[in-house]
Amino acid sequence: MKLYNGGKIITGLVIFLGIFLAPLAYNAGKAAYSQPKLKLPENEKECVESKEFMRTKHMQLLNEWRDYALRDGQRFYVNSKGKEFEMSLQKTCMKCHTNKAEFCDKCHNDASVTPYCWDCHIQPEGLKK
Amino acid sequence: MNNTRRNFLKFAGLTAAGLCVASAGSVIAAGTGSTIKDGEKALKAKRWGMVIDTKKAGTKEAIDALAKACHSVHNVPDIPGTQNVKWIWAVGFEEAFDQPNNYMDESLEKRQFAVLCNHCSSPSCVRVCPTKATYQRPDGIVAMDYHRCIGCRYCMAACPFGARSFNFMEPRLHLDLANLNKSFPTRMRGVVEKCNFCVDRLADGKIPACVEASQGALVFGDLSDPASEVRKVLREHYTIRRKPALGTEPGVYYII
Amino acid sequence: MLEKALKGSPKYYMWIGFLLLIILGASGVYLMQLMQGLTITGMSRDVSWGFYIAQFTYLVGLAASGVMIVLPYYFHHYKKFKDLVIFGEFMAIGAVVMCLGFIVVDIGQPQRMLNVLLYPTPNSILFWDMVVLNGYLILNVLVGWTCLEADRQHLPHPKWTKVLAYTSIIWAFSIHTVTAFLYQGLPGRHYWLTAILAARFLASAFCSGPAILVLVILLTEKVTTFKANVEGIATLAKIITYAMCVNVFFFLLEVFTAFYSNIPGHMHSLVYLFKGVHGHHELVPFMWTAAALGLGSLALLIPPKLRDNIKLLPWSLGILVIATWIDKGLGLLIGGFNPTPFETIAPYWPTGKELIISLMIYAIGALVVTVLFKIATEVKEETGASQKTAETAEAN
Repeated sequence: MKLYNGGKIITGLVIFLGIFLAPLAYNAGKAAYSQPKLKLPENEKECVESKEFMRTKHMQLLNEWRDYALRDGQRFYVNSKGKEFEMSLQKTCMKCHTNKAEFCDKCHNDASVTPYCWDCHIQPEGLKK
Repeated sequence: MNNTRRNFLKFAGLTAAGLCVASAGSVIAAGTGSTIKDGEKALKAKRWGMVIDTKKAGTKEAIDALAKACHSVHNVPDIPGTQNVKWIWAVGFEEAFDQPNNYMDESLEKRQFAVLCNHCSSPSCVRVCPTKATYQRPDGIVAMDYHRCIGCRYCMAACPFGARSFNFMEPRLHLDLANLNKSFPTRMRGVVEKCNFCVDRLADGKIPACVEASQGALVFGDLSDPASEVRKVLREHYTIRRKPALGTEPGVYYII
Repeated sequence: MLEKALKGSPKYYMWIGFLLLIILGASGVYLMQLMQGLTITGMSRDVSWGFYIAQFTYLVGLAASGVMIVLPYYFHHYKKFKDLVIFGEFMAIGAVVMCLGFIVVDIGQPQRMLNVLLYPTPNSILFWDMVVLNGYLILNVLVGWTCLEADRQHLPHPKWTKVLAYTSIIWAFSIHTVTAFLYQGLPGRHYWLTAILAARFLASAFCSGPAILVLVILLTEKVTTFKANVEGIATLAKIITYAMCVNVFFFLLEVFTAFYSNIPGHMHSLVYLFKGVHGHHELVPFMWTAAALGLGSLALLIPPKLRDNIKLLPWSLGILVIATWIDKGLGLLIGGFNPTPFETIAPYWPTGKELIISLMIYAIGALVVTVLFKIATEVKEETGASQKTAETAEAN
C-alpha cells in the first residue's frame, strides 16, 4: 500500500494530535482535581433531597420546580421523608445556602459553567453596582 | 456473539434513544418518592378579576402610589425615556378608553385612570407567543415565564392595551440595588414583562400589592363567584372595560 | 460545483472581499447589540418592532418573487424563462437567508431561539413563519442545486425535482401569506387588521421582487458572459407591471374603505403617514415620495414602448423598488404602531447602529447571491446556455 502525500498527512496528523493533547500536557504533573470545599448551612443538615441527588440533579430539579410553580401554580414540594418545601430558588434554596460565592460559584467555576439564574434571581449576599 | 457492524449500530442506536428518553424524563417522577402540592395559604379562584373605582383612585398621585407599591414588590426598574418598563401607570380618559367625548364633564376630563395588564379571557398575547413563554393559568391570570421568553416582542404587537414592556437594556442598571425585594427576581435584558396580578403574593395568601396600597379603591377577587366582593361591587356600580369591541374580554373593570 | 465560486477575476475577489469587510466590520456593532441589548436601536415601548422586522417583511417578498419565473416555466411551459429559473431560485435562497438574519438580530434573547422548536406552538403565526421560511429555503436549495448539477452534466432533471418545484410554487405563496398573517391577525392594530393585507403583500412582492431580480440579472450580464433571453426579460417586465397595478389598486381600496367609512381607527394611520397628526410629520415626505415614484414607475412601465426600452427599464424598476420599499419597509411597520394603543404618536427612526447591523445582513445576502450567481453563470457558460453572441459581447 502506498500513502500519497504521506509527508503532508503525517505532518498534519502530528499537528492535530499536538493541539488535541495540549490540555493533557498542560495539566500533566499538577495535583489531581479535588472537590472544592463548600460552605454548608450551619443550622440545616439535610437538603431537599440526598446530597448525591442534589449534586448531580439540582439543575433538573430546579427546572421542574420552575414549571410546577409558574405554570401549574403548584408551589410546594414534599420529599420522600414528608418534609415540605416551597419551590423557590430565592425563598427556599437561598434561605439555607446564604452565600452564592461560597456555595454555587465554587463548583460552577471549577466546571466552567455559567448558569444564567443570577441574571434575574437575586443572590442572598445582595447586589452591588 | 457475532459482533457485526450492523449489531453495533443497533446497540448504539438503542443506547442513544435510551439516553434521550432518560434525560427527557422528570427527575422528580424518577423515584425520589416526592409529591407536589399547592400551598394551604394560597388564595384561589376560578377567574381572578379587578375593579378600579376611578372616583377614589383618580389622580396621578394616587395612581403613582399604586405603581410605587407594585414596582417595588416586583423590582421594576425606573428607566427614563421611551424604552421604559411599567406594570401599572396613569393615563387620561381618551388614552384609556376609545370613546372620545367632545363635551365631557370637567371632573372626568381631569381624572386619571390606572391601566395595567387586563388579564384577558382570550388574550391575544398568549395566542401569538411562539414559545408559550406567556400563557394563561387556569385561574385566568396571564403569566410570563421569563426563562423561556426569546424576546421576539410579538406579544407587544398583539396587545391592544399597550400593557407590555420590553427590557431593551439591563434592568439592574436602573434599579436601586440596595433596596430590592429579595423574595422576587429582577428580569434580564431581552425579555418582555408585564403585570402578573401578583401571582407570587396570591400563592402566599396575600392580595395584590396595588390593591393593598389602594385603600379600598381597587377591589380584587373571583369573578366567577357571585358572592365575591368584586361581583358585589360590579352589581352595585356601572362599570366599563377597555376596548371591549376587540373581544379579548378584559378582567379589569372601571367604575366611572 | 462549489469550486466555481473559488475561481474568479480580481474584480470578483475584490467584490467578495468588500462584502466580507462590511460583514466583519458591522458584526462588531452586532456584538455591541448582543452585549448592551436592543437599547442601541430606535425602538421603544410603543414601536416595539422596527427596521429589522420591516426589512424581514420586505425580503420575504423578494424570496417569494422567484415564483413569477418558476410558475410560468413549470405550469405553462414558458420556455423563454428556462435559463432564468435558476436565478429566481438562487435569489430566493439569498432572500430567505437575509429574512432569517433579520429575525435573529431582532430577537432579544437569540441564544434561546430554538425554544421555538423546543416548545412548538401551532397557534402562533411566528411558529408557522419559521416552518414555511425554512421549508422554502430547503426546497430552493434542493431544486436549484440539483437542476443546475444536472444541466452541467447534460442530464435531464430528476423527476422528483419537478414535484418539489411544483410544491415550491404553492409554498412561495404561503411564505408571504403567513408573513402577512403575522400582522393582520392582531386586534387593535388597525393599519394591519385588514383582510386584504396578505393580497397586498403578494402584489407588492410580485412587482418589487422580480424588479430586484431583473436589476441583478442585468448587472450579472455586465460582469459575465451570460445574456438573458430578451423576450424573457420583456415578459417579466410585463408581469411586474401588472403586479404593480394590482398593488396600487389594493392600496387605493384601503384608502377608500378608511375615508368613505370615516371610521377614525381606519383613517388614523393613513393620516399619520401622509399628513401627520399631533404635530408629527416624520414620514410624510417619504410616503409622498413613495406615492410619486410608484405612479411614476407605472407611467414608465405601462406604455409598451417605454417598457421594452432596455436602456430605460433599469430606471423604471429602480424607482418601483424604492416606492415599494418605502411602503413596506418603512410605512407599514411605523404606520402599524402609530397611533399607539393610547391614541398617541410615538415617532420612530432607526439609529445608525441599527442601520449598520441591517447593512451586515444585506451584505450577507449579497454574498450568498454573488456566490450562487457566480456558480450558475459559470455553468451556463460551460454548457453554452444563454450566452452572449459576438456582437452583443462587443456592444457591452
